Amino acid sequence: MKVRQISVFLENKSGRLLEVCRCLARAGVNIRALSIAETADYGVLRLIVDQPDLAMDALSRELFTVSETEVIAVEVPDRPGGLAEVLEPLHEANVNIEYIYCFVEKSGESALVVFRVEQVDQAISALQRAGFTVLPGEKVYNI
Amino acid sequence: MSYFNPVEVLDRERLEELKLERLRNTVDRLYQTVPFYRKKLDEVGYSPGDIRSLEDLRHLPFTTKDDLRENYPFGLFAVPLRDIVRIHASSGTTGKPTVVGYTSSDIRTWADLVARTIVAAGGTKEDIVHVAYGYGLFTGGLGLHYGAELLGATVLPVSGGNTKRQVRLMVDFGSTILCCTPSYALNIAEVMEEMGMGKEDIRLKAGIFGAEPWSGEMRREIEERLGLSAHDIYGLSEVVGPGVSIECEEKNGLHIFEDCFIPEIIDPSTGEVLPPGQKGELVFTNINKEGMALLRYRTRDISRLIPEPCPCGRTHVRMERVTGRTDDMLIIRGVNVFPSQVEAVLMQIPGLSPHYQLVVDRVGSLDVLEVQVEVSPQIFSDEIKELEALQRRIADEIQSYLGIGVKVRLMEPRSIQRSEGKAVRVIDKRRI
Repeated sequence: MKVRQISVFLENKSGRLLEVCRCLARAGVNIRALSIAETADYGVLRLIVDQPDLAMDALSRELFTVSETEVIAVEVPDRPGGLAEVLEPLHEANVNIEYIYCFVEKSGESALVVFRVEQVDQAISALQRAGFTVLPGEKVYNI
Repeated sequence: MSYFNPVEVLDRERLEELKLERLRNTVDRLYQTVPFYRKKLDEVGYSPGDIRSLEDLRHLPFTTKDDLRENYPFGLFAVPLRDIVRIHASSGTTGKPTVVGYTSSDIRTWADLVARTIVAAGGTKEDIVHVAYGYGLFTGGLGLHYGAELLGATVLPVSGGNTKRQVRLMVDFGSTILCCTPSYALNIAEVMEEMGMGKEDIRLKAGIFGAEPWSGEMRREIEERLGLSAHDIYGLSEVVGPGVSIECEEKNGLHIFEDCFIPEIIDPSTGEVLPPGQKGELVFTNINKEGMALLRYRTRDISRLIPEPCPCGRTHVRMERVTGRTDDMLIIRGVNVFPSQVEAVLMQIPGLSPHYQLVVDRVGSLDVLEVQVEVSPQIFSDEIKELEALQRRIADEIQSYLGIGVKVRLMEPRSIQRSEGKAVRVIDKRRI
């Protein structure tokens, strides 16, 4: 039920994001979702891709600083209050959310949201108990 | 213990006699042959024969780098140019180069000194000595080269640069002793790892590293990544080049070859000789050199002498490894900071790479020190709060060790320029 997310350390210099994207393009890796967290001097680019192993290899070979993190992908009803309904069970299970971001594409009628939490397993079972669909990695990579 | 020249274990009493005799001859000869020294010695009221004990050395005048520049190029040579067989010179990046000349006897003495250093580092005639110091006017390359040949080892005169080729030669030829600057040794280790190789692919057993200050932590890192025993070698072209002093297997200070150089430690601001064991500026007097011999040459390197006998059996006094120079000392908001001190702090934090740079700037009237470090995959966290915690930790450690606040900037790997000789550690943008 866990999804592999790839993070890349980027200095705030023009052209660095382009270089990451070029590197992935050369490796034939497709980006499914991404977000950037930034400070004044640097940023962290977070990616969900179709072929995580290939992406890790290509980026490390080109000497980018990369790491892998486990996140979860949840189907969220695409209507007012949809995200609140998903956050409810996590709050009750005392799961702390580090960050979230959304997929561009939808999964059927629902939006797809990526959660990075401290307690991954606890979060998955809380969401499943509340009746939400947590997508397995394979399914997410191939959307 | 093995040594190259029996003079290395000469008993102290006889060594002192030898030093006195050579000092007396050197000073009297310089008085006769070098107008610069005749004038300086006259100024302090010296007449030939005045040296009666080694204590008298402290009454003689100093020689500085500026003196060498003012007498550029050959003004301090003590023999006619026809007797000089080799000339070396410093790069002269901060002014006129300093020029040194050697007679054929000097070249032999120098090779003997370097052979002693290679043996002290565990070398024998069986070794393959890989010289990655630059060849040319710089004394590093040719200095190590002649010493290794005199020892009878096999020399690879690779010179600096082209790091991938260095690694390939090391693997293919089975180099056993590497000679270069410590920062370049790390660069070689890094390139080797990028080429998909590790210390199991090479046969290095010892490294003879010098020409720039480095920390004990950096030594451990080099030893670990290249699988060798790292020895600090010290020397400066004005005095002879590499081979002034070397770490023996004890690695607790560097033996100064006192049959050729008399060391003193002085207070850099007053010029007074400091009591034994105190830290200050290193000063050397050549007592076994013909072409150019310097009296009380101020090195600007900071060290202290270790008078206690060394368990290795060598009787020559040791100096503590040089931790900084009086001229690369940064004064940040009134606090003295040496790049090597910052390095020591950085290397204590696991996962930080030894590549760093200090950028000093003045914002308004305030000095700002930025410490740039590279983020390796081992310490990279996906979460900004973790990265910020790392920055805070580095800044806090520097604050507690050095007493100054710094800004820490995290950089991508390889964004700090790699050294192929002496590493550039400090960029000072202040216009004062």
